[in-house]
Amino acid sequence: MTKHTPFSVSRRRALAGAAAIAVAGAPAILRAQATAGRLVIVGGGFGGASAARAARERFPAVAVTLIEPAASFTTCPYGNLLIAGRYSDTSPITFGYDKLIARGVAKVTDTAVEIDSAKKTVRTSGGQTIAYDRLIVSPGIDLKWNAIKGYDEAASAAMPHCWKPSLQPVTALTDKLKAMPDGGVFIMSAPPNPFRCPPGPYERASMVAEYFKKAKPKSKILILDSKDGFSKQPLFLAAWKQLYGDMIEWVSSNNEGRVVAVDPASMTVETEFGKKHKGDVINIIPPQQAAKIARDSGLTGGGDWAAIDTRSFESKAARDVFVIGDANAAPPMPKSGFVANNTAMRAVAVAGAQMTGGTPPKALYFNTCYSHVGDNYGISVVGIYRPNADGSKIDEAPNSGGISAREATADIRAGEATYADGWYRSITDYMFG
Amino acid sequence: MRRWLILVVLSLAPVAAGSAAAQTPPVAANGCLMCHGVNGQGANGIPAIMRVQSRADFTATMKLFAENKKPGTIMGRISRGYTDEDIAELSAWFAKP
Repeated sequence: MTKHTPFSVSRRRALAGAAAIAVAGAPAILRAQATAGRLVIVGGGFGGASAARAARERFPAVAVTLIEPAASFTTCPYGNLLIAGRYSDTSPITFGYDKLIARGVAKVTDTAVEIDSAKKTVRTSGGQTIAYDRLIVSPGIDLKWNAIKGYDEAASAAMPHCWKPSLQPVTALTDKLKAMPDGGVFIMSAPPNPFRCPPGPYERASMVAEYFKKAKPKSKILILDSKDGFSKQPLFLAAWKQLYGDMIEWVSSNNEGRVVAVDPASMTVETEFGKKHKGDVINIIPPQQAAKIARDSGLTGGGDWAAIDTRSFESKAARDVFVIGDANAAPPMPKSGFVANNTAMRAVAVAGAQMTGGTPPKALYFNTCYSHVGDNYGISVVGIYRPNADGSKIDEAPNSGGISAREATADIRAGEATYADGWYRSITDYMFG
Repeated sequence: MRRWLILVVLSLAPVAAGSAAAQTPPVAANGCLMCHGVNGQGANGIPAIMRVQSRADFTATMKLFAENKKPGTIMGRISRGYTDEDIAELSAWFAKP
């Protein structure tokens, strides 16, 4: 329990803030006008940062607070491109919150640890209690340590996951790949569904292959999968053969691909029926679940993911709380940055309308995921979705969406690689520009 | 000082209220903007779409994409997901007035 009474602290802060702002200048006066309600956002990634900007632009009378412990955000998307050597460090994929703050977002640099949905407050590890009228929770994922026997955070130093940049940057993998001799074996364990970024492991394998082809052409890539199929599978398999010959081998779950145990000391992984594989560099992408605050606050109901009303992204477990991004269960939409951004717009539209007395527009959800497979070679998957009438599921719009054409010219593949870069520029510009 | 502040508040309030409405694109546009640029200005070879075509041409272009009669990478897959109402809203938002 906190020492403070929940409401007084934040009110005092808000009043003090308003007074300080009033003498500071004109832009901040707009912020002081924000009286229609308090929107608090937990998590400053694709979902949370997008929600913060959308709320400031679309509901200027709403006060927006973003609770995020980090001073900057390194994206998962485009991290794999470091592996291919297209960037030398994470600076091109790292963004600060200064522009969001300039838009009038109050950033609380602290970790949200508990939501009290009865009192409508969020408690932080630094001892703050922040009151909300509406709460958008976008905390991302946690990795399930020990779901693969022996794979805990200590083991991840030897066998990096690089699936959560705030926990382990992708450079943990690039460093090991650089140190590996030519002719080595790179093993990846790909996770079961659902998980963050369904095409991500296969884009990563592609980027490892691009690096090997240039720098270590005798090396091999072995993907041991916990699934029998994966996103954009026919496109990846055809591209791998075309670009990298037989460098990449993919082993499905029913061909004994599922990794059940690891031994960092001997750099081996063990699959379901006891077969052992030794690797020179091993990337374990473990099973995943909603981040801790969602689980600790009852939003997942004891399961892995938060149940939501598909019309609004309101939690089914707590009133006036929305859960967006990778932490919710919203099949058939993927856990992607684009979906987090797009559903942030929906949560803001509904929460904003509730606070300002308006009516939210109709619901329509959108996803595009690009993957880089090689130099000037990009592929994509598209989905357009609508919720059903009672908010219990999401339907893909008929005859739409799907993956890039199986047969396509080099110009089309090059175009998609270029457009992927355009997407990345635009969406990060929305969040942090 | 206080008089200056009041003037600023008075002069900015209608702008803020007006821009609030102006800055909320139709729902379907949320998808467009994250590739075509936050203001529809285009990005890295992805074409600009804001104030580029007339409403009739915008609507016709979307129809051509949907029927696979206009070459593209992903626009065919996208345009088939929108209703006529969605397309009308998009053309009202993006097309030349």
